[in-house]
Amino acid sequence: MNDTYAIETQDLTKNYDKVNVVDSLNLKVKENEVFGLLGPNGAGKTTTILMMLGLTEPASGTVRVMGYNPTREPLKVKRIAGYLPESVGFYSDLTAAENLEFIADLNGLDRKETKRRIDKVLEMVGLTEQRNIATRKFSRGMRQRLGIADVLIKEPKLIILDEPTSGLDPAGINQLLDLIAGLPAMGTTVLLSSHQLYQVQRVCHSIGILSRGKMVIQGPIETLGREAIAGGRYVIEVETAAPAAGLVDVIKGVKGVLNVETQGNKMSITTETDLRGEIAKMVVQSNIPLVQIKAQEFSLDDIYMKYFKEGQDKT
Amino acid sequence: MLAIVRKELADLFNSVRFFILFLLVLIASVLGVMAVRDGIRAALEQSFAVTGDHFVFLAMFTASFPKISFFNFAIVITIIVPIVGIALGFDTINSERTGGTMSRLLAQPVYRDNVINGKFMAGLITLALMIGSAMLLMAGFGIRMIGVPPTAEEIIRLFIYFVVTVVYGAFWIGLSMLCSVIFRRAAGSLMIPIFLFLFFFIWMFLVAAIAPIDTNGTVEDIIQDWELQQTLSRLSPSYLFQEAFSVLLNPVERMGIPTPGQAAYMVLNPLSLGQSLVEIWPHIVGLISLSVVLFAVSYVAFMKQEVRAT
Repeated sequence: MNDTYAIETQDLTKNYDKVNVVDSLNLKVKENEVFGLLGPNGAGKTTTILMMLGLTEPASGTVRVMGYNPTREPLKVKRIAGYLPESVGFYSDLTAAENLEFIADLNGLDRKETKRRIDKVLEMVGLTEQRNIATRKFSRGMRQRLGIADVLIKEPKLIILDEPTSGLDPAGINQLLDLIAGLPAMGTTVLLSSHQLYQVQRVCHSIGILSRGKMVIQGPIETLGREAIAGGRYVIEVETAAPAAGLVDVIKGVKGVLNVETQGNKMSITTETDLRGEIAKMVVQSNIPLVQIKAQEFSLDDIYMKYFKEGQDKT
Repeated sequence: MLAIVRKELADLFNSVRFFILFLLVLIASVLGVMAVRDGIRAALEQSFAVTGDHFVFLAMFTASFPKISFFNFAIVITIIVPIVGIALGFDTINSERTGGTMSRLLAQPVYRDNVINGKFMAGLITLALMIGSAMLLMAGFGIRMIGVPPTAEEIIRLFIYFVVTVVYGAFWIGLSMLCSVIFRRAAGSLMIPIFLFLFFFIWMFLVAAIAPIDTNGTVEDIIQDWELQQTLSRLSPSYLFQEAFSVLLNPVERMGIPTPGQAAYMVLNPLSLGQSLVEIWPHIVGLISLSVVLFAVSYVAFMKQEVRAT
């Protein structure tokens, strides 16, 4: 990962009927990462995306996508960015391959290249066998997969997915997430808009939480998690085979340990840095059998709920 | 834009709609041929071609059944072209919206106007193909039946008729396309053009009721009444088209009514092509500008519309 930004917005604002749907938004997405754009329905996620693609004009502020201004140079942006809308549709009388052919044609690909890419992307999304079936017979999941193929056929540098997993079954979701997770390795940046927190957590490197058009918080997912729950600290959980009252004092003496709470056989240790190694050593030295030790993981739910609430309280 | 035209045409040619429309056009040709079989003699007498000038080939297109005098190829086309135009245009834009393909389409590297231009072009091409084939069918069977080949002037007149018909069709495509930009549902965008089509059709009869000609008045009064009627009628594009093709297809036809004094000296010989065109030039310009205005309005409306599909 380097530090050039794939998407950068500055004080981006858009209003419909005098209500600011997107309100001086500052968003930065690094190249070659998966960025999760989170927020409740109506937070302005789709509007932000449309402005990134030059499909809607901002009221004020600027967007830069791969160095281009989508309002001024929409074609340049659309050539390198693929967009999967929330409710993707296909020409129902055309087959899967024909739908893709049309998109390839619009992108100015020649016949040979079109054929090669169609074969490739259909393979990637697992629709090779259904390529000659009219899309009206497709299930919701197949449509969604074809939508991904439709985005990939451009071989874009940036992919914007608006709620890509809605309507998919668990197996389909897993497949899709694996596919998304593999994209940065191919040199593709992904912006994923969703409110499925678990899915975002699985694939995203960074997230941004939107609330009422404002960016509440953004940053790498791990940092945010710790800040949300433990104020930037680590929480290490230790479980032993028997209660270990003496051990608590020993651990409290370790440099960097801030607090230890016990509950039966379990200890919850708050530290400034990741001291798992040190603590494990202590436990083993005390001869009390160690059952497990782990750093507490932060679920995105915690982050989301904390910052989303803050965002709402402010307004 | 070529990619869009190509795709739209491929879509159209594979659709049931196209098949039905073509059937309709075929019926027009068959009816026309039947009318020629029964009514060509009467048509020739009417156009005074028998008295010396030979527009036999042209007369086929306006030859009516003897018992139903207004029923001929040109009239059938006048009725069918708006139907074809509406059918080609009424769901061009809103079907993309309801199908969710609009945002996907606009996310591709194409200018937004290419989408609407491409669709309009595809509609025009289809329409031209239909009218063209109907006319060629008529011409082919006609030559077999009456055995008179067309003269150069007849071919030019027929070609101009073809162009004017396409322009008339473009008006209907533009109108229904405008509706498909404005209305989200195909039902709405279909009802409005059909309503207008029927309204313009009835308009000619309505005008006779609104501004009746007082037959007891002086010659000047009658002419005045008649001119008022003409002006009102010409508000309808269907009427404009009707006047235009009558002059094109029947060289004897001229507009306006002569006073009794003029009539006495009038020689009913065919007008030259140039003179016929002078007669209907305003009509042609009117039809073209109507089509252009309608398309321009739908263009602007489409360009200003928000993309959000949901």
